[in-house]
Amino acid sequence: MKILVPVKRTIDANIHVRIKSDGTGVEQENVKMGINPFCEIAVEAALQMKEAGAVEEVIVVTVGQNVCEDVLRHGLAMGADRGILMETDQSLQPLGIARVLEYVIKKESPQLVIAGKQSIDSDNNQTGQMLAALLGWPQGTFASKIEITLDHVKVTREVDKGLRTLSLQLPAVVTTDLRLNEPRYLSLPNIMKARKKPIDIINASELEINIIPQLKTLKLEYPPKRNGGVRLASVEDLVDKLRNEARVI
Amino acid sequence: MGILIIAEHDNHILSESVLPVVSAATQLGKDITILVAGQDCHKVAEQAASINGITRVWLAEAEHYQHQLAEELAPLIVDQVAKGINHVMAPSSTFGKDLMPRVAAMLNVEQLSDITVIVSEDTFVRPTYAGNVMATVKCEGPVKVITVRTTAFEPVNVRDSAAEIISINAAPKLGVSEFVEGIVTESDRPDLNTARVVISGGRGLGDAESFKLLEKIADQLGAAIGASRAAVDAGYISNDHQVGQTGRVVAPELYIAVGISGAIQHLAGMKDSKVIVAINKDPEAPIFEIADYGLVADLFQVLPELSDALSK
Ligand SMILES: Cc1cc2nc3c(=O)[nH]c(=O)nc-3n(C[C@H](O)[C@H](O)[C@H](O)COP(=O)(O)OP(=O)(O)OC[C@H]3O[C@@H](n4cnc5c(N)ncnc54)[C@H](O)[C@@H]3O)c2cc1C
Ligand SMILES: Nc1ncnc2c1ncn2[C@@H]1O[C@H](COP(=O)(O)O)[C@@H](O)[C@H]1O
Repeated sequence: MKILVPVKRTIDANIHVRIKSDGTGVEQENVKMGINPFCEIAVEAALQMKEAGAVEEVIVVTVGQNVCEDVLRHGLAMGADRGILMETDQSLQPLGIARVLEYVIKKESPQLVIAGKQSIDSDNNQTGQMLAALLGWPQGTFASKIEITLDHVKVTREVDKGLRTLSLQLPAVVTTDLRLNEPRYLSLPNIMKARKKPIDIINASELEINIIPQLKTLKLEYPPKRNGGVRLASVEDLVDKLRNEARVI
Repeated sequence: MGILIIAEHDNHILSESVLPVVSAATQLGKDITILVAGQDCHKVAEQAASINGITRVWLAEAEHYQHQLAEELAPLIVDQVAKGINHVMAPSSTFGKDLMPRVAAMLNVEQLSDITVIVSEDTFVRPTYAGNVMATVKCEGPVKVITVRTTAFEPVNVRDSAAEIISINAAPKLGVSEFVEGIVTESDRPDLNTARVVISGGRGLGDAESFKLLEKIADQLGAAIGASRAAVDAGYISNDHQVGQTGRVVAPELYIAVGISGAIQHLAGMKDSKVIVAINKDPEAPIFEIADYGLVADLFQVLPELSDALSK
């Protein structure tokens, strides 16, 4: 069995982002970039299945500019077998990305796609579900547990009021939540080995795929700033303020 | 020029998450339909019909809608859009997030997640980068498929009279996914999304046992209990309590953060609360930068004191 893992390059989770002075985007120059944390969890999940013997090959795929190759290398250094860069300079939106991924999936015929549930920059939480729709496959979103059998995958999903377990016919799309696993650290020898692993580069803009953006960002702005209030000396003070000043209890 | 709202429910009770979505919809237009799809869920349709501001309820009952699986609901919704629907809306709960991108892709349109402001019928504001950048986005697709951040819209009321309930045909069963089991976290406390007061604990609590200190105060205040990711990861409390960028988003009248440092991912889920209290022993903790009232102290000393003071 083959697993395909779509991975995205995003700004590091610990960076306080800044809007560019012309308002067209956020500052990315000299800003630490890396693999989206949920995608890293997805790669880890695929590798654990491979190590358990259920899977022969793990392929990492990214859609974006050539600089995105670094997140493929990250996946390869974790242990993925090969990478595919679907190269394009166009600014991409989830449906466009899902269409490009659909193309790769039709070519590679994996039995399972494991994506992240959400990219931490655009906070969309869409691409996996859209991909499943385009393929007509079932979807198991926000997975905290994945068990694979011959022709089904059992997915435990983290939902607002607890957990829900679904059984999906393969092929299927699963998206990862934070508690699915703890991704491994990259070792130096594995980083070295990853340099020699193959990456296919395909020009996505030349394919006949409709990736024309439908969403136009008109403005980016900071949310209203919240100012810190007062420090209180005691619990009595706190209760007094909440009762008599804020009147919330 | 119709607006279609997808109701979240468990075949018995309509989720309150629909009320702020209706409120958002009334800013877009007057012809508002709520779709209730489920099994033996006529009661839910009746609850939906009594919501203020809606025009009608569509009721689709079938065995394969019992568990509200996205695979089964999406084709049903796509069928209805052909009846002249311009906007399809759902709450940005895990239900809405699971379903709506699937609907959008089948309709060949992009989807907008988590909108907080409606600028016009095709332009919306939504948070990105964990709420640190608000984006105003124009949606050029023929149908707008939207999830609504429920804390950003004032819920509408329920009325005495009822809108018309119209039964519609189910779409054929796809049968590619099956519900196995659900574990619903039962609690007598108010729901995190609608609670007036939320008290949340972080890694500073140290263990699951210490969450009992929070529970006592939650009971005194009628509060819901939240948590940071670190507390959930450490197993102090179950995942559905996680507040933040990748957990629940809350905006209560009062949010009390106990032993939580205030990472941006946590702030993303609570910084729109009206009044924020932080209790943390580290005076440098970032949570103090957004707290209205800060108490630099050891939580193990403060919580029992707070409980005593509240009972006075
Ligand atoms: C992709 C991604 C998504 C994430 N999503 C979320 C999310 O949705 N929600 C979320 O919360 N986090 C999220 N995080 C994690 C986030 O970055 C922080 O790691 C997390 O919020 C820290 O939790 P904490 O404040 O409880 O722990 P810590 O940062 O360890 O803080 C513990 C605090 O407790 C205080 N303390 C300790 N002992 C005491 C005591 N006795 N009395 C008083 N104070 C005490 C300490 O001073 C400290 O400030 C995410 C991270 C990533 C990378
Ligand atoms: N440009 C991309 N290339 C490859 N995979 C992507 C890309 N964008 C999003 N994804 C996948 O879709 C998931 C969810 O992203 P999003 O829908 O943007 O929140 C990510 O975690 C990735 O697995």
